[in-house]
Amino acid sequence: MCGIVGLFLKDASLEPKLGAMLADMLITMTDRGPDSAGIAIYSGAGQGRAKLTVQSAHPGRDFPNLDADLKDAIGTPVLMLIKDTHAVLEVPMGQLEAARSALTHLRPEVKVMSAGEGIEIFKEVGLPKDVAARFGISKMGGTHGIGHTRMATESAVTTMGAHPFSTGNDQCLVHNGSLSNHNGVRRELKRLGMTFETENDTEVGAAFISHKLQSGDTLGHALEATLTDLDGFFTFVVGTKNGFGVVRDPIACKPAVMAETDQYVAFGSEYRALVNLPGIDTARIWEPEPATVYFWER
Amino acid sequence: MQTFDLSKDGLRALNSSLHALKGQTNMTAWEVINPKGAHAIAAGVDAPVEITVRGSTGYYCAGMNKQASIFIKGSAGPGVAENMMSGKVVIDGDASQYAGATGRGGLLVIKGNASSRCGISMKGIEIVVHGNIGHMSCFMAQSGAVVVLGDAGEALGDSLYEARLFVRGKVKSLGADCIEKEMRPEHFAMVEDLLRRGEADHKAKPEQFRRYGSARKLYTFNIDNAAAY
Repeated sequence: MCGIVGLFLKDASLEPKLGAMLADMLITMTDRGPDSAGIAIYSGAGQGRAKLTVQSAHPGRDFPNLDADLKDAIGTPVLMLIKDTHAVLEVPMGQLEAARSALTHLRPEVKVMSAGEGIEIFKEVGLPKDVAARFGISKMGGTHGIGHTRMATESAVTTMGAHPFSTGNDQCLVHNGSLSNHNGVRRELKRLGMTFETENDTEVGAAFISHKLQSGDTLGHALEATLTDLDGFFTFVVGTKNGFGVVRDPIACKPAVMAETDQYVAFGSEYRALVNLPGIDTARIWEPEPATVYFWER
Repeated sequence: MQTFDLSKDGLRALNSSLHALKGQTNMTAWEVINPKGAHAIAAGVDAPVEITVRGSTGYYCAGMNKQASIFIKGSAGPGVAENMMSGKVVIDGDASQYAGATGRGGLLVIKGNASSRCGISMKGIEIVVHGNIGHMSCFMAQSGAVVVLGDAGEALGDSLYEARLFVRGKVKSLGADCIEKEMRPEHFAMVEDLLRRGEADHKAKPEQFRRYGSARKLYTFNIDNAAAY
């Protein structure tokens, strides 16, 4: 099972409501997977600032003075917004990697959920409604986002095993299905310099796409390569700084429904996830074809 | 006409009301509003009633249907009319994967497209699709008939038994042991009848269809292979 949702806004007037719309879609998918939930939201890209979203199992210990400590380490002011177990650290774009490496010394147990100009990832063990409430997802605005509720079939139910997985700046991926050759692909990607946080199959899918993008491939080509190099069942929804993409394996037994209007492109594991979107009754609704790459970019 | 608001009254109340009609012979008409993609709408009905669902449905709508005529005024999610025994299901929009799977009887009409595995393992159901069907349709189909006005996806009729498949458009590829066969007079008559009952006789003519069936090499014992067992 697992439930996936995605929303790419074309109409800027909907942007303040992105979090609320996406959270509602994900909560509708709760009975496809109760183990963990996560959402990636993209906002504020292109302003010369970058965001590092971090997570700690002990936020009361790790987050106090983290902004000040980071400022001392990188020499520029750091803006910190704490949300439950996560904190979003905002730094100048050029200081992102410096902040990330300083973090590993300052707070060794803090995990990086995402890094980039636009992306923020919030994910935890628990039901979508609880996870969305803990991080105030409904109040967040943005241009596009993806979400996932997990029924774990492979690897542990932990925060780090929750989706979305981010393996490159402003990139993330959610997955319904299971990959059968992930160990082999992970070994090859490690040899090529990619790093992994978990033993999870989906993280391998995410890193596979990130590696292709880092090597100069387009999002379209990277998604096409999953069809030849990854073995298993998958419906992937991928987020990038500018948009999102969808690809299903050739067997396509993992469900997917899409809707498009002048205002948005939306993805859901089931039609139920889409029913509260504005104008859904007149939207173009279709099932993405197997082994076919779809993507939307602004 | 009894109207049931699924968003207010809930699925279990709807289905238990419909199940309670079993054994009744008085024709009644039901309308279900606000389906919003809910699962298992009107599954397991066993009465000669008419049910109109105003909107799109989720998994397994009209599953195991016996006797009822169920009209979906939208699109249907996975497994619509799965294991139908008798009666009729008519979908105005598209149907998701494995529509009519394992169906033993009745008529399934899809006025849009059906996605993958349409009619998989069917055992007597009749299916009329006005649009296209997806890959692996009619896999291991045992009996019954499928009429497709559009195209068929990859591996049509793989490991087919005795179901009869009629496709007007292109077939992307035939599955193992599925071959094209001659359209004989009885097949033209069968397609004509199914087009009429499937509300498609104004859209297509029997002579536009090709017939596909089993080469019967896969499921029959071949004495030359005896040593392999």
